[in-house]
Parts: sequence; structure tokens; C-alpha cells
Amino acid sequence: MSGEIEADSPRYLRGKYAIVGVGETEYTRGSGCTTRALGTRAVRAAIEDAGLTPGDVDGMLSYSFNDSTPSPAIAGDLGMRLDFHMDVYGGGSSIEALVGIAIGVIEAGMCKTVVIYRAMNGFSQVRIGGTGRGRGSAMSGNGLFSRGIGMVSAAQMFCHSFMRHMYDYGTTPEQVAHVKAIHSEHASNNPKAYYSKRTTVDEVLASRMIVKPLHLLDCCVETDNGTAIVVTCIDRARDCRHTPAVIQSVVGRCLKPRSDMHYQSGPISTVAGRYAREILWPNAGVGPEDIEMTGSYDAFTFTTMMQLEDYGFCKKGEGGDYVSSGIMRLGGARPNNTSGGHLCEGYTHGINMVIENVRQLRHDVDDGCPVGTNGKRRHTYDYCEGGCRQVEGVELSANLGWGTPGMGSAMVMARGS
Amino acid sequence: MAALEGEYLGLKVYIDETDRENHTFFGFCGQHEVRLQQCVSCGLKRFPPTTACPFCAHGESTWEVVGGRGTVYSYGEVHHAIQPAFRTHSPYALLLVELDEQRGEPGDYDGLRIQGNLATPDGELAPPELVSSVGIGTRVKVVFRDIGSGIAIPMWSIDDEVEQPEQPWRYAIE
Repeated sequence: MSGEIEADSPRYLRGKYAIVGVGETEYTRGSGCTTRALGTRAVRAAIEDAGLTPGDVDGMLSYSFNDSTPSPAIAGDLGMRLDFHMDVYGGGSSIEALVGIAIGVIEAGMCKTVVIYRAMNGFSQVRIGGTGRGRGSAMSGNGLFSRGIGMVSAAQMFCHSFMRHMYDYGTTPEQVAHVKAIHSEHASNNPKAYYSKRTTVDEVLASRMIVKPLHLLDCCVETDNGTAIVVTCIDRARDCRHTPAVIQSVVGRCLKPRSDMHYQSGPISTVAGRYAREILWPNAGVGPEDIEMTGSYDAFTFTTMMQLEDYGFCKKGEGGDYVSSGIMRLGGARPNNTSGGHLCEGYTHGINMVIENVRQLRHDVDDGCPVGTNGKRRHTYDYCEGGCRQVEGVELSANLGWGTPGMGSAMVMARGS
Repeated sequence: MAALEGEYLGLKVYIDETDRENHTFFGFCGQHEVRLQQCVSCGLKRFPPTTACPFCAHGESTWEVVGGRGTVYSYGEVHHAIQPAFRTHSPYALLLVELDEQRGEPGDYDGLRIQGNLATPDGELAPPELVSSVGIGTRVKVVFRDIGSGIAIPMWSIDDEVEQPEQPWRYAIE
């Protein structure tokens, strides 16, 4: 794949923008507050983390399933007058796309620095896993193809892709269960994680069936939280508090064919990453073999595997071997979702995996390692339970965001200077 | 042309006449026919019902009868139902049925694939012993469940008139 890459060409805006601030609230089930409060706290935390004040930030973006509080309210609560804002509809795969939009609006001169947030009471108010939203209203024609057949939750909607992958390639339940087991190891070294207990492959397979082929522990947690990141240009980034996470390439909500009903177009065991990779790697000037850690969206164990495969981290069909090989474990060659991701840390529709990679690229991930006199952690790189989760010397990361099997976003970030 | 109204599993169904494509599709189902749009320009059939042809963007189509037989292309089994209406029917099967017509067209891996539930021959959601007998490769045929005046929904039952695979492919853990 690297043969197609023009590594020396100044592709688009490679290296010209960075994530300079990250912040989140606690990951809970029962926040006891509004999404307005969650969003306000997360945005304030991300701006403070960047070493900025609310008055330094003039752009705001958010995404939601109409289960959040829009930007003008959050900005108002923090006394921010915005030159640009937009609140978009959507969940997974939004964050990388919004980073691209933030770069675009800054490049267009519409504003200078953008904070992006996702605020959700994803457990205590609107459960994406299914609350029977729309229950009571009459089913329309399209509804007869979804509500009318009991295909409304993500697990119900994606199961055909997952099952067909097992049929097409011989992928086994045990292989896929490794994703949860490995992410739970990572979460055990993350004090913020909602589920911090280590889970075994056997425990995943013994958990009750939700939608075959998904056991309960193949499915992510649902939590309440606010999360935010700050994007600005590289010149301003150098004035911020931390080493910037420099954006090398971004792909936003790339689609498979037949987005009206993607199962019409095959192979259905291939996901949108198959198309997104053709933008991601050439624009970044690197290939998957150069990436040192990944954040492959884990709404389900399967989503992590199928994306890693279609972005080229292994051969098509060998995702089961890849995820069960140990390569994506801390201490392995390319750790994935070192915070525990959606399976363990908390559910944010992708932004916590970006936050994690930003902290990793700073070499200052918030694990249990002792903090030195310079305020930075002295990482031990001992990945035992409760220990370190910093990837040693990481310089280059990739985030692979999932919306559906037919829709994905991605981003490559490099450690700045 | 009036709206189509019905009720299924205690859920109200209402298809406004302005939703012409779905109104037509489910109206034909009410006559116990599966008809799909066939593009007058490129000649390809399509599912789901759409305003334009996904293969050539042409706006005109005719509604052509298809045989209503196909093969299970993929499946899922819902053991944890979310919607109250489905809880008493768990586990139920979600099928992705590839019709016999237009398999491998226009691309090698393309086909006319309709999502639906496994049913008994008389259109009731399948009981657990039937659910656990289907897998990828099972041959199925359409059955219609009438849900109102002039409206039915297509469901899928195991086709007992054709040869079945010796063992359909099923998930490794039962």
C-alpha cells in the first residue's frame, strides 16, 4: 500500500493543524446533571488543558442524535462570543469529520480556534443501544423495514456484516472476543474507565447473547459524559501548553456504495474503511505499517476488527488473527484503544479515542504512574494491572471512526515539536 | 390513492400517499406480490424502493414482479429484544435474503437483498426451533402477513418446495 503514497508531496493541509486541548467529565451511569452542564464542563476543561481561556476560542462544533445541548448555550455559559458554530446530527464517525470541518473553517478565515464537543446522558437519558425511540408514533414505509422487523439498535442493524465476516473468512468468536479482553487490560490502567476490571475471552463468550453473533461483552458500555477537543493551526498550537498532536490527514464520513441500503452492495463483510484508506494514507504520507498505535472504534468487538482489516493493518480476512495475536495489546507492536475505548472506558461516539491518542502523543497519558517534579508522569512501561498505559515513544497514531458498516471516518496524528 | 393504514404487533402503520415508492411497494404486498422497480434506462431492478435509479440515476421505472424466492445471505438472532412488541417473540431471526433475480449484478458481490423476519408459512414470527434451523444458505420464500386493508408485509419462510443445503452455515456457538 505504501507504494501508492507520495510521502514527499505537501498534500493538502498535512501538518498545518493540531489538537491542542482535550477534556472530559467523569464517565458515569447517572451524571445527575444536564447535557448542558456536561458539555460546559468538558469544553472548559479542554480549553484549560490547551492553556487558553474561553475568550481565546471563537469557533464551536458539536455532534449528537438530538440528545445534546447546542453550541450557543454552552458558549453562553462560558461567556464565549463565537464567530462560527455548528451543531451536526450524527454519532460515530463524526469526530474525525468535524476535525476536518474545523480545519476548513479556520482555513477559510471564518474563525481561529475551534472547540468540538459531544455531551450525552447516554445511559440515564437517551440510550443509543435502544430505547424504542419513536415508540407510539405510526410506522412509515421505511419503518416497516426497520422497526417493523425488530431491527432498530446498532447490534440489530450491523449483525449481517459481522456474521457474514465469519462466514466469508472463518473468523471465530474466540478471536473477536480478544478485542474486549485486550481493551479491558488497557482500561485496568485507566483510572477514568467506567469498567476497569479485566475480562477474559471465556467471560466474553459466556456472557448472554444479545444479537447473535454479539454477546453482551461484545457490546460497548453506555455512559453519561461530556468530552471535548480544541483544534487550531500549527502556529498557534506552538503557543499552547502541551506538545501538539499534529493532524496529518483526515477522512470524514466516507461511504460505501448504496448508502441508501448498503447491504445491496458487496462484499458486505467489507466496511467503509476500504474506501477511506485511499484518502487517509496518501494524504498523511504514511501507510498502516508506519502507525504505532490505533484507536479503532469499538462500539462492538467486531467494529474494531473489521476496520483494522479494511484500513490495511492486515490482509483482508485476517482481522481475526490480527486482533487475537497480541499486536494490539499494550507492549505489542501497535496497541489499540489504550484507554479501554467504548468497550470499557465510556461511550462517546468516538471522541474519547481521539482524546486518548492526543495524550499518548504528548507522552503524558493519565495512568497511575508517579508524577515527577516537572508535573509530568514518569512512565514505567510496566503494563501490569493498575500500571502504566503509555505507549513508549509513540510518534504516530491513527483513529478509525465507525458510523455504520457503510460509513467511516479516520485521522492520522503525529507528535508535534 | 389513499394512505395505507394497518397495525402489526400492536404498532400502528401509516404510509402516506406522498411516499409513493413505499406506498406502491407495500400496496403490491397487499396483493401478495413482491414487485420491485426496474429502471427504464439501464434495466436493473432495485431494492429498497427509491425515487431514482442507484445505478444510473434515471428517474423512471416500472414495477415488475419478482419470484419471491431467495437464499439467506446473512442473519442475526435477536435474543435481547428492545422493542416491547418483539419481547414475547424472542429469539427472533433477522434475515438478509438475497433474491434469485439479479444475483451478482451489476457487481460480482451485488444483489437484491431484502431484510426481514423468519416466519412460519402462515406469516407468524418463527418459534425458537425454526429460528435455530436457518443459517446462511437456507432457501426461503416470501410469505405475506396482512396488516390492514390492501397492505401486507413480506416475511420469509423456509422453502419446502426446493432442495435445501445439507447444513446451512450457522454461528459456531448455539
